[in-house]
Amino acid sequence: MKKYAALFKIRFINGLQYRAAAAAGLSTQFAWGFMEILAFSAFYRANPAAFPMEFSHLVSYIWIQQAFLALFAPWGSGGDAVEAIVSGNIAYDLTRPLDIYNRWFIETAANRVARAALRCTPVLFVAFILPPPLKMTLPPSLFQLSMFVLAVPLGLCVVTAYSVIDSISTFYTMSRYNAIFVIMADFFAGGYIPLPFFPEPVRKVVELTPFGAMQNMPLRIYSGDIAGPDAVKGVVLQIFWFAALLLAGKMLMRKSLKRVVSQGG
Amino acid sequence: MITLSNINKTFKVAKRQAGFGRAVKALFSREHELVRALTDVSFRIGDGEMVGYIGPNGAGKSTTIKIMCGILTPESGACEIDGRTPWKERVAHVREIGVVFGQRSQLWWDVPVVDSFELIRDIYKVDEKLYKRNLDELAALLDLGELMKTPARSLSLGQRMRCEIAASLLHSPKTLFLDEPTIGLDAVSKIAVRQFIKKLNAEHGTTVILTTHDMQDIEALTERILLIGKGRILLDGSLEELKKRSSERKTLVVEYKGAAPEICFGMAVREDKDGRLVISLDPSILSVSDAITSLAAGAEITDVSVSGVTAEEMVASLYKEYRI
Repeated sequence: MKKYAALFKIRFINGLQYRAAAAAGLSTQFAWGFMEILAFSAFYRANPAAFPMEFSHLVSYIWIQQAFLALFAPWGSGGDAVEAIVSGNIAYDLTRPLDIYNRWFIETAANRVARAALRCTPVLFVAFILPPPLKMTLPPSLFQLSMFVLAVPLGLCVVTAYSVIDSISTFYTMSRYNAIFVIMADFFAGGYIPLPFFPEPVRKVVELTPFGAMQNMPLRIYSGDIAGPDAVKGVVLQIFWFAALLLAGKMLMRKSLKRVVSQGG
Repeated sequence: MITLSNINKTFKVAKRQAGFGRAVKALFSREHELVRALTDVSFRIGDGEMVGYIGPNGAGKSTTIKIMCGILTPESGACEIDGRTPWKERVAHVREIGVVFGQRSQLWWDVPVVDSFELIRDIYKVDEKLYKRNLDELAALLDLGELMKTPARSLSLGQRMRCEIAASLLHSPKTLFLDEPTIGLDAVSKIAVRQFIKKLNAEHGTTVILTTHDMQDIEALTERILLIGKGRILLDGSLEELKKRSSERKTLVVEYKGAAPEICFGMAVREDKDGRLVISLDPSILSVSDAITSLAAGAEITDVSVSGVTAEEMVASLYKEYRI
């Protein structure tokens, strides 16, 4: 375990040193958060009855999403793995006494946590001191809060397992960016529009997929949009998808390593 | 102990002719070609041996090394290193080996070298005491000192290569694979690296397998040579044997004043210009000392040098002989 902890540490430290990127990301996140809330509030004013989420739930959803964007976004965290494959440096990685899947999982998760750690505090701080209706509220109960605390790391695990599969697919595609993989996940995980705004039949299906087990869960559990027994069910679904994606990823990795080619001699 | 028997490996390579039309055509049907990288490669290397693995570009050297390191899986054949098949028991196997790929870097680019070393220590679970001892020894022998505090990206190639070699040895591997370790190094760095490898082999009994295009590496380091060409092992023998095999002729370079010295039987003039005479000599007909005596008898000689065939020439003639 110590070796994986060491890998996490060096990735985490490495991720912390990009301060300018964090500052730039922050300004984007504020701008995006305000724009989204303003757009939704226009719809809400037009017809509150047709609005599938309580407005305060939506505001919390958007601010937590912006605060933890790096934690849950399906893109941009598996760069080292992808680069290793494309450049051929995978050769060195394979000479280490480490399970490559575990290593990539740890590194991808560490990248996410490091970037989110730099960005979440300012966003949350501002979101809490804004005047209503822009202000973010506390969770309705201690139960919802504790389910949220469970759902965040699980959501991270699901999205990381998904990202690692994306990275492994590079063995076949040799492409640094697999757009379909990423955009599909971002869309169906509720990255652009929260899932309650999807048409009923679509929403019902998507909520059962791994995409519904990513940011959708913690973000909606926090405000109580998914509450009580539904929250428990949601967390169980997250555990199921994490296990399934983990197994699928490990199998795919084993298959890929048999045909691995070290690019560039 | 390393044993390879009948290893075969092919790669599938996408090919197309140059040009726009061909590129469009390749959108619909892609042509692949199977390239045989290794054909029935077999050899055996004992513990503590130093072996030079040579061959022209694309002969299959790196592929063999990668198979022995557990990176690539061959289609057929067996490979056993200390009782393990590398690609089947990769994690257990790589714990016992060290690898340097001269064209790649294993050091983390943005952090000081010593941070990379410590991460490697944790990955291999090297005992703190052993790590300290190895690091001190490597730092002294490879003259690392201040280099270790510098981020890898700021090091020169030679400095980095010394750090790369140290990084591969922190866990005291039993076998060291060096894939072109002196590529692009200046003379001083090359000599430092060679001396270090020699010492490592002598003192720790580390088995060393080295691929290189630099024949001086081979001459300085290895007694045994494996020659590979077009994916097949062509020769396996000592450097001396190979030299004898290719030619025993000596080259004499003579500088003289005035009239040119007389040439006798057993000598062949290769060049005679501005008082400098290059002679190729067959020592089985005329010994070197007799040749010099006879040359000196008829002319005023200012300088003489004698050299055997160089490893460089030998390999070139071997490549020619096997048409690889």
